[in-house]
Amino acid sequence: MASLITNIGQLELQNPVMTASGTFGYGTEYQDFVDLKKLGAIIVKGTTLNPRQGNPYPRMAETPSGMLNAVGLQNKGAQYFIDNIYSTVRNIGCTAIVNVSGSCVEDYVKAAEMIDALEDIPAIELNISCPNVKQGGMAFGVKADSAAQVVEAVRKAYHKTLIVKLSPNVTDSTEIARAAEASGADSVSLINTMLGMAIDAERRKPILSTITGGLSGPAVKPVALRMVWQVAKAVKIPVIGMGGISNATDAIEFMLAGASAIEIGTANFIDPSISGKVVDGINDYLDRHGFSSVKDIIGALDI
Amino acid sequence: MLSDAAFLLTLTYGDPLPEMAAGQFAELLVEGSNKVMLRRPISIHKVDIQQNTVEFMIQIVGEGTRTLSQLKPGDKVNTLLPLGNGFSYKDKAFKAPLLVGGGVGIAPLLHLGQELNAMGIKPTFLFGGRSSKHILRPEEYELQGRLFVTTEDASMGEKGFVTDHTLLGKEQFDIIFACGPTPMLKSVARFAEAKGIECQVSLEHKMACGIGACLCCVEDTNDGNVCVCKEGPVFDIKRLKWLH
Repeated sequence: MASLITNIGQLELQNPVMTASGTFGYGTEYQDFVDLKKLGAIIVKGTTLNPRQGNPYPRMAETPSGMLNAVGLQNKGAQYFIDNIYSTVRNIGCTAIVNVSGSCVEDYVKAAEMIDALEDIPAIELNISCPNVKQGGMAFGVKADSAAQVVEAVRKAYHKTLIVKLSPNVTDSTEIARAAEASGADSVSLINTMLGMAIDAERRKPILSTITGGLSGPAVKPVALRMVWQVAKAVKIPVIGMGGISNATDAIEFMLAGASAIEIGTANFIDPSISGKVVDGINDYLDRHGFSSVKDIIGALDI
Repeated sequence: MLSDAAFLLTLTYGDPLPEMAAGQFAELLVEGSNKVMLRRPISIHKVDIQQNTVEFMIQIVGEGTRTLSQLKPGDKVNTLLPLGNGFSYKDKAFKAPLLVGGGVGIAPLLHLGQELNAMGIKPTFLFGGRSSKHILRPEEYELQGRLFVTTEDASMGEKGFVTDHTLLGKEQFDIIFACGPTPMLKSVARFAEAKGIECQVSLEHKMACGIGACLCCVEDTNDGNVCVCKEGPVFDIKRLKWLH
């Protein structure tokens, strides 16, 4: 059996398989289906300083090999997380990372400071790429200067591993990734969802209450893979890859493209036990190809 | 097929079935279609513990349900069940329940009828449909209790909508369980509130995960947006923002 250990900044993960924010709740939702102890990490639902109701229903549209969502960061706020959810999440059996979002720099900083104080949360994923909120979110992540501004401010306030989640809805994701790196990010994760739209022709109406939403699932995988490959070449910090990963082979492809770890998102909805299966599948692949460590396949694409 | 657009799917399980409350649902994986990826939430229609089978009454509304309708005997279906919170009827004092259903929304009410009979209570069913063709499996429901029907074209029962039925003026009920199209549920909720009767409705929102993780299937309630899949699909009308 090969070593599956991988590193993201200061953070050592027992394996590279994480579950993507917003697709895995707080982990407990999935404990009947997967042994959470088996996972590299879970990234819990996007948390903001203040509670958010999210967007009105309908928030989801299935599209060919994918889905659009417009949840809009519904959550009960950072204090609620600390008071009511942290005690469960810290004992979930694997590393727990909190996804932090905000609508202005101050909110990001305050929420990050609050999470910094939690002993058993070793990292945050800073969401500067949510397409479903009117203010903040993706607005920060589509320009290098605003991305740098929020990452710099959070870096000063947050002392553990800082992962910055990048948007695919940009002309050049490497520029944003370099800005995040220069501003003190320990890692970048990509891709968040791609801005999309669905229409009901019979009713001549948009399907989502917000008209547009974020596309995820196998449909986005080739785009995500390309962006991970480009960004991995452009930065020195570790890259976390995601976008349509549905099985171990998909996960391995992202690692070959340069990802040090991967996140599984939409696939959790189709097979709630998929994350554990991907861990097993990566291990089988390493054994089959004679690799002694998963680190050997990071960026090992033969060009 | 039960009609031109609805069919019955019977699944036999290898493992003993878990305990299931009426109104809970299953998430069925749709295989064999390149357009459908997400599971389809389908309410549990009938449970046979001896045979270890679960029946699903399914309306064909799109590619997913159409693909499920093409399953052949012997095919395997990956299902997650039971999910959600069903109707609340255990440890509850009532004598004269009214089970109101519209279209294929009658599906979970057969399981509820089974459960109420097991508790020694004979329910009254009141179903609405466009025509007699849309009142599915009436004989199955009549085994569990009395069945009253309204149709929009008067081809079966009384003409009109369920809330127009003369039964409601003649008899007293002490609890209502309802499932069907939202306009019908709202009309039933208004009736129940006017009469001061407890009323539980089962909602049918589009879902992705089915287990409360993705937050896609929310209903705006007195407690804010909550997942229909996890906190529902059955809600007491007092919790909803429909009436006030």
